[in-house]
Order: sequence, then structure tokens, then C-alpha cells
Amino acid sequence: MDADAPVNDKPSTLPWLMQFAVPLAALVTFGVHWPISKKAPAVETHSYMLLFWEIIAVSIVLAIAQRFWPALRHWMRHMWPIFTAAILSFGVWDVITAGLHLLPLPYFPAPAAVLRSLISDRALLADSTLHSLVLLLSGYTLGVIIGLVSGVCIGWSSAMRYWGMPLLKVVGPIPATAWIPLAMVVAPSSIVSAVGLIALAVWFPVTMLTASGISNTRASYLDVARTLGAGRLYLIFRVAIPAAIPNIFIGLFMGLGASFLTLVVAESVGVKSGLGWYVSWAQGWAEYGKVFAALIIMAAFFSTVMTLLFKLRDRVLVWQKGTIKW
Amino acid sequence: MPNVAASGVRADGVCKSFPVPDAPGTNRMALGGISFSIAAGELVSLVGPSGCGKSTLLRLIAGLDVSDSGELFVGNEKIAGPNAERGLVFQDPNLFPWLTVRRNIEAGLVARGVLHEKRSEVREFMRLVGLEAFANSYPHHLSGGMSQRVALARALINHPKVLLLDEPLGALDAFTRMRMQDEVLRLWENRRTTMLLVTHDIDEAIYMSDRILIMTPAPGRIDREIDIDLARPRDRTGDSFLHFRGEILGHLHFAGNTAEISV
Repeated sequence: MDADAPVNDKPSTLPWLMQFAVPLAALVTFGVHWPISKKAPAVETHSYMLLFWEIIAVSIVLAIAQRFWPALRHWMRHMWPIFTAAILSFGVWDVITAGLHLLPLPYFPAPAAVLRSLISDRALLADSTLHSLVLLLSGYTLGVIIGLVSGVCIGWSSAMRYWGMPLLKVVGPIPATAWIPLAMVVAPSSIVSAVGLIALAVWFPVTMLTASGISNTRASYLDVARTLGAGRLYLIFRVAIPAAIPNIFIGLFMGLGASFLTLVVAESVGVKSGLGWYVSWAQGWAEYGKVFAALIIMAAFFSTVMTLLFKLRDRVLVWQKGTIKW
Repeated sequence: MPNVAASGVRADGVCKSFPVPDAPGTNRMALGGISFSIAAGELVSLVGPSGCGKSTLLRLIAGLDVSDSGELFVGNEKIAGPNAERGLVFQDPNLFPWLTVRRNIEAGLVARGVLHEKRSEVREFMRLVGLEAFANSYPHHLSGGMSQRVALARALINHPKVLLLDEPLGALDAFTRMRMQDEVLRLWENRRTTMLLVTHDIDEAIYMSDRILIMTPAPGRIDREIDIDLARPRDRTGDSFLHFRGEILGHLHFAGNTAEISV
């Protein structure tokens, strides 16, 4: 290497331990599973083992590929420790359940059993996920639209604030799920009532945060806009709303959390489809492998939706880059 | 660039009071009968200690506040509310952080619904303030001086008949400020817009204005007018410059060593 090469030049490959941390962790987990699984049914163990062979194969290919692909190397440097820990935790889970029987069955199945439920019930799980997605999106969209409109009205007009704020403060804090008994009577179908409840759960934080964002618009922005010849529409749509967007996103995130909760509860008590329904249905048959399988799907589903909202926020708030810290 | 006819500004016994926050029901008089007149195309400074009502007066002329009594005119028209004819630049540039430099400068055209016809002017104004290279940057990337130039371009794109400047250079460091004074003068000489500059920097007032109005507080009044009959560009260290400085400081009761030096 040149003597005057930049000191902070990143090496063109990862350290050996990091390159092979994932296949090593998979081997360890695999090795732990081997003696434990002697007593387990062969079908269960088969797909679990297959999964680990796949992980080992893919991670070795990636360890080689990263030498030629800097972007991949960068990604691996960031993600590999997490992946390693995740794979090892499967081993720990395996030892605690199938190995040492520390947790009571059938409530805490081994990872291999959960994987088998995931695979064998995949059609119903996919169908449930789709139903949940449709319900979530319709409820969330409806709640956001109504919340934005009411938030802008309450934030901008003092008459609207006078009449709207007390309603918001009294009705808003009631958890949407508390309305379930009433919603089931009033709504023509359980789907409609679930959409309405999710929308209600989203409406409150979105309205609250939008209204506070709008009413806290810096007066000097409005003054400048007025001296530039702005009319009321410009002041609302081109000054107050953009200025409130950081606040609005906080409301959107809070609303999303509330919508997950309401979705799952509404599905398990009223609607006869979706992941929430699946969980209580599997629990009724004491098939806890399926319960865990559904929880894993929910985790993946909800965190994906959350990540998409984060991406949207990063795109919309480019102008704030450097100031946002959440 | 088309030169738009500037307008004069005239104030006739303007009074304005505000409620005192600590004592409900009582009012404090911020402006106690202000009268002056500024000719079209003139650059006039308003100096005085803080709290003398300079900014209040500017807001009244901008139409952002309403006076209790007295009348304000731009040309022959009475001021009734804010209008694109009267541009305003604050000490804080107040750029819209969600818009790029170009879109900030365009804001006045969009607000008046004339962006389509006047789009070509946007580039001219960016060139005028030397910010073409930053057209697509967001305000948080700009320095204080650059931000203030964007704010000037944003106000000027509407071809205001009067440009009101509320300590526009007050937040800049001394060197940037002197450079920006030349820049504002260049814009003024180029466009001959009537300018009313509020400042607490006496040197700035002498360096830039045709005439200085000195205000005194409680309640705010115009105490004195001084014509600065020096040729531009002015020498900040010249004898006559220092003479004006001493005269103004003396008037504001800050005279001491400075006045003696200037004599």
C-alpha cells in the first residue's frame, strides 16, 4: 500500500469473523438442534434443518460476493451482527423449549414446530394477511383523510376550534376498542364496523397533531406570505400545512400504532377473517405453533407497514434533513 | 428587467397602542402621532433605540397591523391590509424551509397566480442576487447572508412599489453585513424601488440612506430628520461620515468620546 494512501480507507473485505459469523451461528444453532430433535417428529425437523442449510449456503455466497460488491459489504457490516444474534436466539429458544422443557407445552412450541405450522398453514395465513391488509388500509386511509380535514379546520379557524376542540378532547381519548359493543349494533356488517373503529382510532391522533401543527405555524411565515400577495388558500395549503407536516407525521405514526391494536382486537371479536381472527381461532384448537406463526407474520407485516411510513416521511421531509432525530 | 414606477409613502398622525400583558385593561402607546413622507424612489432609514416602535411602524405600512388613528398612504392610496405592492424583509430571512431556493423566490408569483406568465423572471432574480448555483438547495444549506439574499429576491420579484426592510442585516457578522449593504444598494440603484430601512446600526443608516428619521421611544415619535447629502459610494471613515455619526449619537444621548472624535 502507498505510504500516502488515505488513512481511513475502508478495507476491501470484511474481517474473517464477520464474514463467517452468520454461517457459524447457523451451524451452532443447527448443532444444538441435532441432539434435541432426536425425539421430535421427522417432518418438523426436516424443514427446520433445510432452513439452516439454506442460511449457511446463502451466507457463504454473500461472504464471497462482498469482496467484489462494496454496497453489499456496507450492508453486511451493518446487518450481520443483528442476523447472527437472531439466529443464535433461535438456538436458545430451541434449548429452552424442546431441549430442557423449561416452558409448558403446548403453549410454547419449539421453533421447528412453529416453522412447520408456518409452512403447512401458509395458504390460510396468506389469506388472513391479505384480509388484514385490506381492512387496515381502508380504516387507516379513512381515518387519515377525516383526521387531516378536521385537524386543518380546528387548527386554522378559531370558531372550529371553539366547537371542535371540546369534542376532540372528550371523545378522542376513549380507546376505539371500547366502542366495539356499540359499533356491532350500529354497523350493517362486522367489516364496516371494524373499518369505522380503525378510522376512529387513527382520527384522534391525526386530528390532534395536525391541529396543533397548523395553529403553531410561525406567524412570520404567514406575515411574509401576506406581503407576497398570498390569499387565504395559499396561506392554508402552501404555508400552514407544509409547516405542520413534521407534526402531522407524528400523528400518522401514533395513528398507525393505534390502528394495529384496533385491527387485531376487532378481528378477534367481530370479523371472521384476518390475522387477529387466525390467532384466536388457532388458540381455540390449542394449536400454539400456529399462534406463534401468526405472531411472526404480524411482526413482519406491521413492521413493514411502519417502515414504509418512515420511508414516506424521509421522502416528504427532505427539506428537514439534519433536523429530524426520530 | 422592467423598471416599475415606485411610490412614495406618507404617514399622517399615526398612533398605535398595545395592551400591557401584566396589567389587563391598560394600553401602552407604541406610536404617538407619527408623520413623515418619503418620496418615490427614496432610500430612508429609521433609527432609534429598541422599543421605540420602528418595527411597529413598519408592520403598519406593510398592512400587517392596523393603526388606532391617523392615516398611511402609499402613493395616493390608503393602506388597507397587506399587499404585494409592499414587500417586507425581516431580520430572520423567514425562508419557507420546505421550498427550494427557486421555489422560495417563485412564492410571490405563485401566491398572485402569475407564475405561468412570469416564470422567466425567476432566473433573472436568481442571477441578480447571485444564487443560480443554489436554485435547488433547501434553505438549511444556506449561510445567513445567502438566505437574506434569497429573501430579498423573493420580495423583489413582485416588483413592489415600496420595499420595507426590518433590520435585514442585523443578524449577519460585520463583514458579511458590509458586503450585503453594498448589495442592497446595488439592488436599489438598479431598480429604484422606494426603500424604508429599519436599523439600529447608525453606520449602516449613514452609509446607505438618502435621509435618516430618528425615533425616540415612549411613545414612539419621529424626533428629527437628517439628510445625508453625501455622494455614493460613501467612505465609512471620511470626516463628513463621522460628523453625521456624532450628530446622530448626540441626538440619541450617546454622545461622548465619539462625538469629540468626529469633530
